[in-house]
Parts: sequence; structure tokens; C-alpha cells
Amino acid sequence: MTFSQVRVGIGRWWSPVVRDGLGIGVATGTYGLSFGALSAAAGLSVAQTGALSLLMFTGASQFAFVGVLAAGGGPIAAVATATLLGSRNGLYGLQLSRTLGLRGWRRRLGAHLVIDESAVMAVRQADPDTARTAFWVTGLAVLVCWNTATLLGAVAARSLTDPAAFGLDVVGPAAFLALLVPRLRAQGQPRAWAAALLAGATALVATPFVPAGVPVLLAAVPAVALALAPSRPPRAGGSEVTVAGVAGAQVDGADVAGVDVAGAGVVRSECGR
Amino acid sequence: MIWAAIIGGALTCFAAKLAGLSVPARVLRDERVRRVAAMLPIALLCALVLTQTFSTKGTLVLDVRGLAVGAALVAILLRAPFLVVVALAAVVAAAARLALG
Repeated sequence: MTFSQVRVGIGRWWSPVVRDGLGIGVATGTYGLSFGALSAAAGLSVAQTGALSLLMFTGASQFAFVGVLAAGGGPIAAVATATLLGSRNGLYGLQLSRTLGLRGWRRRLGAHLVIDESAVMAVRQADPDTARTAFWVTGLAVLVCWNTATLLGAVAARSLTDPAAFGLDVVGPAAFLALLVPRLRAQGQPRAWAAALLAGATALVATPFVPAGVPVLLAAVPAVALALAPSRPPRAGGSEVTVAGVAGAQVDGADVAGVDVAGAGVVRSECGR
Repeated sequence: MIWAAIIGGALTCFAAKLAGLSVPARVLRDERVRRVAAMLPIALLCALVLTQTFSTKGTLVLDVRGLAVGAALVAILLRAPFLVVVALAAVVAAAARLALG
């Protein structure tokens, strides 16, 4: 093998899409740290926290799961909330299935990697080959970084005696807010704002009357009703819902500077908006 | 019990991912499916933010968490990185608790 062949080989492997995918994996690790810390502060063991990141592997659902348990909610409410939040990954799968073209065990392995980041990275590529590379590189990079960081965060937080004294109890809501705002921005629809406000109001009003965890589930009801309500005749491009819209991705610009979470997948563009 | 919930939640979340890769593409063309899938995360996240900020064990309360999450909102609107947002909220909460005894 000559030097130039090696260079071409490396050039193909070390392409912008691979670089971006790995960068997103590292960026996601920072969320893993906070998830690990939050989960440990909520009383889950390091093993349980690690199992969540490895097996559930979808950030917003994991945050919600430990959040419901921390608030004193039952395991069923925790699972239901995590499932509802994780349902959007099904939508990504729908959009990715033709591009990925997976069968059998590969489909099952690939399915585990269907998350905000891998979906956003895949759909913004121009051709199917690059899209597949983007999906696998991003998905695997996030898998490795997310799990490593989760363990680090959990071990660090386990050594604290009083998590509330360190403000760890606000890590959850702050993280959710960081996931929510980009989604609202990306949707840019009055209907999305209405759904958020209605859901929030429902949850707060229900809080004194139902067990912990249930208010958040009830909040889904008005949002689904609002989503299914007939809309006025669509304006051009007005009601288009894409992976970008669901994930809160802003894919309007040049380089990928960083990605929000295993939850929101905000691809920040460098050209200032 | 927590282990059962972890396994159960992992299975349902995986089922959603696998279903997406397995069902016919025409499901995606259904406008209602797409709207619900876009709306659910927004609604649930907003509900999670508010309940975890303004309630403790089934009672609505206003405490330093509101201040901390407000600080996080300002940081988010200024497009601060995720870790800065979360760390700021934690620091504000910790500092406010220290100050208020």
C-alpha cells in the first residue's frame, strides 16, 4: 500500500460527517454527566443508572424516568412517562427505515441507536451513503460517550452526602428546559406554544389531586387533542413536521458546532441567527 | 421494583424505536401521526419543568428552585451550552439555600 493510498483511505474514513458524528458524541457526554449525577441523587444505584443509559438509551426518557421516581412517583408512572417521551424515536425510525434498509439482527442493533442525534445527523445528509455513515458513527459515538459519562456522573454524585445542598435537585428541570426551548423555537407554531402551556397548566392543576408522576401523563391529553384538532387550510410549508421539528434541530446553516442532548439534538449553526 | 421498571422502560422505548424501522412508510404520511409525535415531547417536557420546579410531594410550592430554573431559562435564551445551563441552575440553587440558611 502506497502513502497516497493510505491518505485516500484515511480521507474517506475521516470525512466531515465522521468528524461531526464523533463531535456530537463528545458533546452528548456532558449531558451524560448530568444524567448520571441526577440519577444517583434521585437514589438509584450506580448499576441502575448505568443500566438505564445502556438499555433505555434515550436521554429525555431517562431524565423523565428518574425525575418521576425522585418526586415519589411509582414505577408504572415512571415507565409510562419514559415511553411517551421515547415514542418520538419511532417517528425517526419511520423516516430512516428506507435509507438504512436494515433487516434481521442489524435492524435490532440499528433500532437501539435511533435517537435524536443519529436521526438528525442522518436526515441532513444529501445522499443515502453519507446518511448511513452519519447514522452509525453518530449513534455509536453517542452510545459510548453517553454511557461512560453516565457512570462518571453517577459515581461522583454518589459521594455527595446531601444532593440538594449542591443544587442537584434543579438539574432535572433545567435540563428539561434546555430540551424544550429549542423544540419550541424549531416548531415556531402557535399550536406548539399552546400545547406547552396547556400541558404545563394541566400538570400543575392536577398535582395536589393525583399521585406523583401522573400529572405529567395527564398533560399529554390536551396536547394530543390539540395536535389532532383540525387546522385551518395549511399555508405553504406551515404545518410541515420533520425530524428537525421534532428534535428541535436547527439545521439551517453551516457547520455543526455542537449538539444538545440525547434529548434535543440541537444542531447549532455557526452563521448567527 | 426499580430494576423491573428499568427493564420495562427499556423494552417499551426499544419497541418504539424498532416499530419505527419496521412499520410501512405510509404511516409517516399520516399528518396526525406526525403532529402528535411532534407535540408530545413539547407537552411532556413543559409539564416536567413546571412540576419539578413548583411542586414537592404533591403540594405546589414556590422556593429557590424557581429562581434557579429562571436563571437556567436566561442562560438558554442567551444560547449557553447545556452544561453551563445545568451548572448555573445548580449553583444558583445551592447559593440561594446557603444565603437563606
